[in-house]
Amino acid sequence: MNEDMNKIDKFIIRDCALVVLATGKRAQNLRELRDFLHDVSRECIYYHFWSGLLRPRFQDPEYHNDFSVWAAHSLHDKELAEKLAIINPTDFSDLDDLRNEVIDILEEALDNVEYPPWVKSDAQFEFVKSQIVVFNTNRTANNPEELKDQIAEMSAGSIFFHFIDAQRRNENSADDFSNWLVNFGDEYQQLIRQIDEIDPYFAPLTKLRTELSKVFENYFNTVY
Amino acid sequence: MNHKILEQYSEHAGPDVIEHLKQLVEPLIGLKVVHVNSTKLGGGVAEILDKMVILMRELGIDTSWEVISGEAEFYTCTKNFHNAIQGNRVNVSDSQLEVYEKTNAETAERLRDKLQEADIVFIHDPQPAAMIKYIDSRKAKWIWRCHIDASKPFRPVWKHLKNIISYYDASVFSLASFAQRMPHPVYLIAPSIDPLHRKNMDLNQTDIDEVYSRFEIDPERPIMLQVSRYDRFKDPVGVILAYRLAKKMLPHIQLVLAGGGASDDPEGEIILNEVRMAAGDDPDIKVLLLPGDAHLTINALQRAADIVLQKSIREGFGLTVAEAMWKNKPVIGGDTGGIRIQVVNHHTGFLVNTPEGAALRIRYLLSNPDILNNIGKTAKEFVRENFLNTRHLREYFTLFYAVLHNNIERIELS
Repeated sequence: MNEDMNKIDKFIIRDCALVVLATGKRAQNLRELRDFLHDVSRECIYYHFWSGLLRPRFQDPEYHNDFSVWAAHSLHDKELAEKLAIINPTDFSDLDDLRNEVIDILEEALDNVEYPPWVKSDAQFEFVKSQIVVFNTNRTANNPEELKDQIAEMSAGSIFFHFIDAQRRNENSADDFSNWLVNFGDEYQQLIRQIDEIDPYFAPLTKLRTELSKVFENYFNTVY
Repeated sequence: MNHKILEQYSEHAGPDVIEHLKQLVEPLIGLKVVHVNSTKLGGGVAEILDKMVILMRELGIDTSWEVISGEAEFYTCTKNFHNAIQGNRVNVSDSQLEVYEKTNAETAERLRDKLQEADIVFIHDPQPAAMIKYIDSRKAKWIWRCHIDASKPFRPVWKHLKNIISYYDASVFSLASFAQRMPHPVYLIAPSIDPLHRKNMDLNQTDIDEVYSRFEIDPERPIMLQVSRYDRFKDPVGVILAYRLAKKMLPHIQLVLAGGGASDDPEGEIILNEVRMAAGDDPDIKVLLLPGDAHLTINALQRAADIVLQKSIREGFGLTVAEAMWKNKPVIGGDTGGIRIQVVNHHTGFLVNTPEGAALRIRYLLSNPDILNNIGKTAKEFVRENFLNTRHLREYFTLFYAVLHNNIERIELS
């Protein structure tokens, strides 16, 4: 370990848990969905794209956000569901831009119908949001190689916090692993690039952990 | 800390889940939590609290569990509340309300010291809900936990209850569709099953063999099972129709309908007779009327079945679905209520809307045993990750932080 490395703070592994709140807003047809989307908080938009990864639900392999799931399974509008499902929230740096993208797609769908499609009252779209509690795991990594070993052992909550939540929380929109590795100068640029290439959105957190772990493993196997 | 029970849960939920709970709870150790409901024996709430309280204590929360009890008219009133929350048009008389308030006031007085010392008071369902009005200068955060499907309550009664619930700092419903608007934060926490309960614990093959012989079920032929009260909303006659349609193609299949009749449900007897009429003299249909505590029998029947049905046309959460899935069974469930978040087409089972749909899926699964087995395995893992009481507990701890931090969006614990 060189002298500079000693000055870098340890990577503190944290974890998180979510609890979900009702907003009282429910949409029974496409027009109501669009109208509510104008008004709901950014947290609500974030929840319906991201927080589902940490709540009790089945990770739908086809439709990755709640709007597309509802379009497919409740409205039975596969065309709309596909258009909504392909939205990758990581393409939008601002949640309002993401909100507007969804609204645009709904507007287009509404333009093409005489009457907005309705669902039964027990299949309405329920707008919800969440509160997040971040806590310590009492685990740390002193250097990138230790971090490699720790990632394989991390809980889904830790992966969510350090990789997904971080991109919203950090000013530079980067994940916590990359931001920490930058402290080591140019040495880990290649690893940071490889982490950056991981798409966090289209897989459950356990698969994301495997992917991150693999990137770290490959890097250290190749470079060292 | 006695970790014995935690070790048992660790075997089912996974050691990482228990570790996660320990880390999450650390800053809460010593917190005083009081649960109040109406009974320690029988019913879903008592069942959940039974283990929840033990687990909370094991994890360092100073937890107590109290019950409210009263005279017969108190229970008549609270039963009416329960039915009204579920949407039945029942009225609650002034004299009943008077008894309800009096019982709550007396219980509040009896528990005053404990309630005033607590950090969190967790009130379950309507029976003890009005106690809050009789405890002045409350230090604790009071949470009302509604275990009932309140999606379409009978409004005149709900209006009265809502006035009481408005005193609380937060309320909790099981599904977003059950939640009602409140002047405080409304949390959503799904119910859960207990892997250590007699209903769900691992059984020996001899326990399963015993139900084959007791009910004259042929273990060599496929078994369809529905476990539910004899209630129109559970559509037991629809299940028989589905079985008959499937039997045309698969003559060797058997059907077991297992359930009890709720003592407060006069319609139960009528439905049971309809079911027996529909079953006729088919020796491959077994209509079983089981007592409410036949947990091991139900467990064994679920393990003996090849496919479990829950063909409800209206359902609250439907925890029998998670119970069957926990036993590696694919579930064919009605496309309604909480069944929708447990049954995912082609992954954990199938959602159906008609007896024809159910018959189609029975035929599909029995013709594809590999798919049937894979769906069963996925179903079990899905329950392990999402519907065990360890997840429920995690959400309760998160809720405690949320209410203690005045509901801010992000709570960073040092």
